[in-house]
Amino acid sequence: MGRNRVAIVGAGMTRFVRRAQETARELAWEAASKALESCEMTLDDIDAVVIGTAPEAFDGVHMNSEYLSDGCGGWGKPVIRGYVGGGTGVFAPIQGWYHVASGLFDTVLVVCEEKMSSCQPHPQGAFLTIFDNITERPLEPNLLWIFALEMNAYMTRYGLDKRDIAQVSVKNKRNAADHPAALLGDANITVEDVLNSEVLAWPVQRLDVSPVTDGAVALVMSAEHVARRVTPKPVWVEGVGWCLDTAYWTDRDLSYPTYVEEAARMAYKMAGITEPRKQIHIAEPYDPFDYKELHHLEGLMLFDKGKAPEATALGITQRNGDLPVCPSGGLLGVGNPIAAAGMMKVAELFWQLRGEAGARQVPGQPKRGVAQAWGDLMQVGTVIVLGA
Amino acid sequence: MKEHVYGTIGLSEKDFAEGRVVFETWEPNARYAWDTGVAIGHYLKELQAGRLVGRYCTTCGRTMIPPRMFCEQCFVPTDSWVTLQDTGTVTTFSLCNVTWNMERVEKPLMPAVIAIDGASPGMGILHLLGEVEPDQVKIGMRVRAVWKPAAERVGAITDIAYFKPL
Repeated sequence: MGRNRVAIVGAGMTRFVRRAQETARELAWEAASKALESCEMTLDDIDAVVIGTAPEAFDGVHMNSEYLSDGCGGWGKPVIRGYVGGGTGVFAPIQGWYHVASGLFDTVLVVCEEKMSSCQPHPQGAFLTIFDNITERPLEPNLLWIFALEMNAYMTRYGLDKRDIAQVSVKNKRNAADHPAALLGDANITVEDVLNSEVLAWPVQRLDVSPVTDGAVALVMSAEHVARRVTPKPVWVEGVGWCLDTAYWTDRDLSYPTYVEEAARMAYKMAGITEPRKQIHIAEPYDPFDYKELHHLEGLMLFDKGKAPEATALGITQRNGDLPVCPSGGLLGVGNPIAAAGMMKVAELFWQLRGEAGARQVPGQPKRGVAQAWGDLMQVGTVIVLGA
Repeated sequence: MKEHVYGTIGLSEKDFAEGRVVFETWEPNARYAWDTGVAIGHYLKELQAGRLVGRYCTTCGRTMIPPRMFCEQCFVPTDSWVTLQDTGTVTTFSLCNVTWNMERVEKPLMPAVIAIDGASPGMGILHLLGEVEPDQVKIGMRVRAVWKPAAERVGAITDIAYFKPL
């Protein structure tokens, strides 16, 4: 099957904040205009627009992407919105990729926006509808249950304790101290701080979690002939993959994300990656909770099952380690405006592979990175491999 | 990359307290009445009768709970109803100290996934644990359903009040 080569040529984002004065549409515009400016393009250079954002229930706005589209540069253009829960932030650039790889468009603007602060008293009120409406919701579940149940299954399966997992939160919040858009950077946080934070839903504690955030991120993606013209440093999309498991989550082994492995296998095959641990130089796995980074590193086959905590303890995943993981600071450090948070990871790879990550730059001129997002009822994995 | 970050304005409680910004509010007026379907409708009627049931697929050999009229893996109709035990094994659990809107609760709720005896290995349901101290709950613990009195059952998952240790 013939596919055109696709590059990311520009990226921009808003600061991530707890509650933005800007509307969702204004946030989208801020990120989109920064991305266009970064590659010296205007809306005239854009053939189509891809939007990633949460379900209407968060914003209380019907057809939310149509509402957002003006801020995303969608006026008078082909516009599409995809939504796969928390996996959206990596799925949106995958959609951008196939818009261009198919030959249908030369240049696409991809915008992911989330304004979670509007949903009162807490966006969990909208999140709760994820549980089965007949067999689960009468039990009055709480979204934290999903994570607590999965985290406990993972910890118990491999005999891990909270200390093994808390180090991820510490690493990412410290990394985020160097990110100019970060909400939660903290250069001095310690494992003890995480272990002493409020227990929300054992084993989940306050500092194991990334909080509600407002923000937006945008990318410009182009076909090779455009990319070569607009930048000396295009970052190529080498592989994409996505996979959805069943919503019958109580029938699955929660200690391992098989669907992430399936998504990674699809992306690695396209990228010609046979030994991920050797051929990938930076990873940005989805980390809304600290254990999720470990879970996903294993699903991405970057560490053996149950071995990601040990690698973290050895410093392998530090920014100057052998495999830097979440050098951005991740969702735990930069913040978690869902779709925007996932695409922040793709933007981070873009800046890292171009050597433009500033104080966060990982050493050794990395050539290839993987970003991954996750969501729904612990059932979706979205994966993208980028190369310099 | 600093130049690629927009100077988005973050608001604080103070901005609202001092009336520096205005906002608009709205409450949705949406109510739903869900038909429970063929499979789950029967499952709920059986719960009302004090039984847990699953569906068997002859193609893959799985006995499934929650029950379904088609097998999502084989993509064929499932074949028969199977009465399961009301006992099972805790495959994972949490001790939850907060409500959905992050308010503290006095006694932790104990949600768990319980693999049901008689279903295929690892197939279970979400429910709550009771009659056990939080620090005594373990993965692998054997439990039994505590049913509400027959007169109080309405055909809902809450016809089982909770699961307690065997």
